[in-house]
Parts: sequence; C-alpha cells; structure tokens
Amino acid sequence: MPNSPSDRPRRITVQRRGPLLVEGPVEVETEDGTLVSSDRFRVALCTCRRSRRYPWCDTSHRARSRAAGDCGDSGGPSGERE
Amino acid sequence: MEYDHKGPQLPRARGPLSSAVMDHLLDKGPLPAPGDVAGADPYGDDLQLALYLCYELHYRGFADVSPDLEWDPELLRVRAALEHRFLTALRAGTPVHDRVEDALGELLVEPVDGTGVSHFLRDEGELWQLREYAAHRSLYHLKEADPHAWVLPRLWGRAKAAMAAVEFDEYGGGRPDRVHARLFADLMTDLGLDTTYGRYLDAGSAEALATVNMMSLFGLHRSLRGALVGHFAAVEITSSPGSRRLAEAMRRTGAGPAAEHFYDEHVEADAVHEQVVRHEVIAGLLEQEPHLAPDVAFGIDATGYVEDRFAARLLADWRAGRSSLRTPLASETSLIS
Repeated sequence: MPNSPSDRPRRITVQRRGPLLVEGPVEVETEDGTLVSSDRFRVALCTCRRSRRYPWCDTSHRARSRAAGDCGDSGGPSGERE
Repeated sequence: MEYDHKGPQLPRARGPLSSAVMDHLLDKGPLPAPGDVAGADPYGDDLQLALYLCYELHYRGFADVSPDLEWDPELLRVRAALEHRFLTALRAGTPVHDRVEDALGELLVEPVDGTGVSHFLRDEGELWQLREYAAHRSLYHLKEADPHAWVLPRLWGRAKAAMAAVEFDEYGGGRPDRVHARLFADLMTDLGLDTTYGRYLDAGSAEALATVNMMSLFGLHRSLRGALVGHFAAVEITSSPGSRRLAEAMRRTGAGPAAEHFYDEHVEADAVHEQVVRHEVIAGLLEQEPHLAPDVAFGIDATGYVEDRFAARLLADWRAGRSSLRTPLASETSLIS
C-alpha cells in the first residue's frame, strides 16, 4: 500500500553503542508475537538485548566498571549518583 | 493531590535568616541585614530554608503570603545575597571536569558495586526508609520538571525543541493522570504519605533543600542556562539505573503498584530523555553558544556534588538507626493498610 504523499518518512536514529531512537508513537512486535506500544514522542529500542524491559531500552548497554571505587550510585529521577 | 488555592503553610524557621524572611513575608518584621547572610553557612539549614522560601514564591507561594511579594525588590535583594553565598560555595566546592564530554562520560559508566542510596534501598531498605526517602524527594517531585521549564525561553532551535519535548513527556504528554508529579503523589499515597504540596518542607534536611534550591537557582537565571541544561542532563542520565533499583526496592517491600509504577516509568522514560538531552539539548545549545561549555560541565558536576551530600546524610542517619527527617513520620504509619 503506498504511503500518502503527505506522510514524511519516520526518522530512526542509529548509534553504534546505544538504542535505536524512533519517533513515537510506535507498535513493536516481539519475536514471540507479543505486541507492545508506546505513545511517547520518541522511544529508545534496545539493541544490546540486555534490557529487562525489552524491547525498550533501560540503559543496560552502558559500560560497567568496578574501578569507580566505593562511590557510584544513580538514584532515580532526581540526579542522585553518590 | 487536590489543588490548594491558599498555598502551603509556612514552615518553622531554622535560624535568624529564615525567621526574618518569614517575618517579611507576613509583614511582621525586617529582612536580614546583608552582613547576616555573608556569615551564614551556605549549606546550613537556615540559609537553605531562607532561599527555599524566596524561590517558592515563584512556584506555589504560601498561605497568607501576598503573591505580589514574588517581585518585591527588598526580598529579591536578600535572595540575591543568599544565592551569591550558595553559588560561590557550589563553584568553590564542586570538582568540575574540563570538558563536557568527560563530565558526561563519567555518568555513563555504571558501577557494578555501587554503594549509594538506591543500592541501599534495593538491598536492605525498609519501608520506613522508603517513606522517608519519598518525603524528602516530594519537595522536588511534587513540582517535577517545573524548575527546568524556566529554561525554555532561554533556548533556541534544536535545543529548545528537544527540551520542550522532554518537558512535555514529564508533564504527561497532555494527559493529567500521567503528569510525573501526579505519579509521585500516587506513590506517596501507596506509602501512606500526605500528598499536600509543601507538607514535608519542615521535615526536609538542609541537604535535601539544597538539591531543590540548586535547580531553582539555575532555572531562574538566564545567565545560568548552561548549568541548568547540564544539571538536567545529569538527572536524566543517572535516573534510569537508579530508578530500576528503587522500583526493585518498592517491589521487595510491597510498597504498592503506584510506588512501583513511578520508578518503572522513569526507567523507560529517562532512557529516552538522556539520549535526547545529550544529543539534542546539550549539543544544540553548545552549537549555538560554545562559550557555555564550562557552565554545562559545572551543572553536571554540581548536581553530583549536592546529591552526594544528600546521600551521605541519608545513609549516615539510617546506618545509625535514626530518622533522616527533621520531623519523624511515625504518627502517619497508621495510614498504611
């Protein structure tokens, strides 16, 4: 089915290390046929397959380090990081 | 969380500065003298509460306080002296990275053996500690995203569009039941806390007040727009992993579905927001105003600095077996069913 001429292409931003960023709203069909949707203005789709909220990114792709010493917390949506 | 037209009650004073500011708000006495401000502890209870009172006039105000005092020149003069003391201490005390990328890069590495508040709450936090944490955080979360909205008129182009999109998401994407402040009020209800705006101002420690005062300071000054953007990035970048731990803490203690949902939502939302803030807001701002890079780095690092102070105080109190609040919550535990 051709797209309507008024439709502009949906932008997807790819990164070598990090999620795919897709303009919302989106519907995602996972491998087992489950359909999940999000109407956020943009969604981050996991590409590392480590997310516990797959297919959504939960930042599990980040590098992990023991060298940070005894500090190193990030504590919720207020900016904490001890 | 019904809207209270009268505004919250004024808190109790914590020293001469906050006492004099409150007297002025009630038209009962003179403001502090400039010399009183110069000698005050910049992170102490008295200065932080005095500053908080000044800033709150820009949000919801207080019951029995004239809304016109928001732009009272005498009060603004005192506020400026308080801000100067606070900002000078922040700039002197914060170890700031030379480059924005280095400041961001440090936050993007997740320590496997972190020892902060969210690790503590996930692993061993008890319900009373989660309630105290929520009471402290209610100072910000019941006005979540408001301090950052001030920066919108100070941005342009890519940075403005991206910042507005993230703020729109914070404000529920047009749905009042999804406004993040609303979700936090629902969390508070699960925890048996009073969702009245400003209810826990008296209970909040100086360290907790400082985290909110810093946002207002950065948000209300166009000259600090770089710091505000850096601060916002630090919040969004650190939020996802921390929110996951806090959601686990809520699940483990059986806090309730709304309490879990608040943090689950932030795991997902802030994984998006941090990408948008880094690639669009910061990059867009620095493309237009590269001279703001040191301020962006300062905003990122100062956020970690005040949050570390808050975390250290919480953990010290809890490990010593005492309440982290100035006024305990004990009388309200009956609300938990």
